[in-house]
Amino acid sequence: MSFLEVRNLTVAYGAIQAVRGVTFSVERGQIVSLIGSNGAGKTTTLRTISGLLRPVTGEILLDGKPIHRLPAHEILGLGVSHSPEGRRLFARMTVEENLRLGAYSRHDEAGIVADLDRIYDMFPVLGQRRRNKAGLFSGGEQQMLAIGRALMSQPKLLMLDEPSMGLSPIMTQQIFTTVQELREEGTTVLLVEQNALSALALSDHGYVIDLGRTTLSGTGRELLADPRVQEAYLGEGVTG
Amino acid sequence: MLSTLLSQIVNGLVTGALIGLIALGYTMVYGIIQLINFAHGEIFMIGSYGGLAMFTYLLPTAIQNQWYFALPLLLIAGAAVSVGVAVLMERFAYRPLRNAPRLAPLITALGVSVALQEAVRVFYPGATAALPFPKAFVEGTWEIPVPGGTVPLRWTGLLIIVVALVLTFALNTFVNNSRMGRAMRATSQDRDVARLMGIDPDRVIVLTFVLGAALAGVAGVLNGVDLGFTNIDLGFQNGIFAFTAAVLGGIGSIKGAVAGGFAIGLVKALGGQYLPGGTAYDYVWIFVVLIAVLVFRPQGFFGETERVRA
Repeated sequence: MSFLEVRNLTVAYGAIQAVRGVTFSVERGQIVSLIGSNGAGKTTTLRTISGLLRPVTGEILLDGKPIHRLPAHEILGLGVSHSPEGRRLFARMTVEENLRLGAYSRHDEAGIVADLDRIYDMFPVLGQRRRNKAGLFSGGEQQMLAIGRALMSQPKLLMLDEPSMGLSPIMTQQIFTTVQELREEGTTVLLVEQNALSALALSDHGYVIDLGRTTLSGTGRELLADPRVQEAYLGEGVTG
Repeated sequence: MLSTLLSQIVNGLVTGALIGLIALGYTMVYGIIQLINFAHGEIFMIGSYGGLAMFTYLLPTAIQNQWYFALPLLLIAGAAVSVGVAVLMERFAYRPLRNAPRLAPLITALGVSVALQEAVRVFYPGATAALPFPKAFVEGTWEIPVPGGTVPLRWTGLLIIVVALVLTFALNTFVNNSRMGRAMRATSQDRDVARLMGIDPDRVIVLTFVLGAALAGVAGVLNGVDLGFTNIDLGFQNGIFAFTAAVLGGIGSIKGAVAGGFAIGLVKALGGQYLPGGTAYDYVWIFVVLIAVLVFRPQGFFGETERVRA
């Protein structure tokens, strides 16, 4: 039984169907990527898994149990954490307040403090400026904070939506290295990326979503080598 | 001359403290769900009837004359009745409209306002006219000596100022430093992301109504004690002033609501004394100030240019 299973998901915003048949699964301890062009339905898929949107049809199973009728705050309680597209930090709150909001569902103050220290070790710049307002940070630093905030709930499944968006190549590399380290610590990661090359390179498994449907799947390596993927998402630079 | 000016400033501060207490409810609810809760003035009015009912029907005669027992009980009763009505109002009038266009809850709020006023008129014994309110505090005034005379401050007025400042400070501490306060601010800044943090927005919204109503209920009782009577139209009058104070201070801002309250209290008192037309022109001066502020600083004293928050 897969850790997360999404079956035949369709989601609509009013009359517009953004997702029209997405099926994939995530195994425990894996990094899985959803790739695809802008507007393919990747973000909508994540928002539906985390309970912000309701599917029209289809199922989402976590550990075999359906979660697609639960409110978002209960889904978080089951160990699914979602760092949304565009980071969406609480800009007028401090770094520490943002991180503490990530731990809102927890009541073990000692554990929360230990995890704050862990995040500050992982991203020292956040520790040095923990009393500064989140809105004052650079894009890369904000992404670190967004990931840190999502980790504060001690998730079993971490969903990251476009963590490389707007970041320099060096910063992107650093974020992806962090993602790999998290997997090594046992966190399952579901990654949505437009930066398909970097995402697939570190993924155990990948799915291509096109026009609201999953069209291809395979290991990260297989998809990187697939001519259809190369043509559509990787650009000419990588094929040679 | 000086003592007249200072007397009016003192009056303005008392009125302003009361208006500020009510304005906090407008500003917090707006900060969380972007609704101007026009029924909030009625929550204030109902608080005074809650306190009055406690005094009239529940307090033993022996305690009625001992204000240090009676007043806390009146305040608790007023706050409890206001909170109860506000929770029902949120649950049955506003929550079903959570995803409706913004005009729908706004018009509902106007309807709730009229309904609450009429409900008190019909169901509270004797509420068809103003009812005497117990003077459950030290009566008389403190004559503050100033050069050339004294400035009178009613002890009940001092009570209002002190209670308003203490409660505002407590509220501010709660919102800025507690886990639930953080959840309130998060919900007002980005409700979807707040949900991703595990926050149940419905709980936060109820809490916001509860806090605002408790302050309004306390204000309702204090106003009754200060005036010596209560009436069903007091909610509308003070509600308009408090709503204006919240907008003036920057709607969504806690310190803005209090600052706006004091500003309006002072305009009302000083305008009534020094401007032509006297107290009959209260509303005129208050709205002139509101319009002037909105022309030059549309977000109010402490508001932010984007959507504002608690």
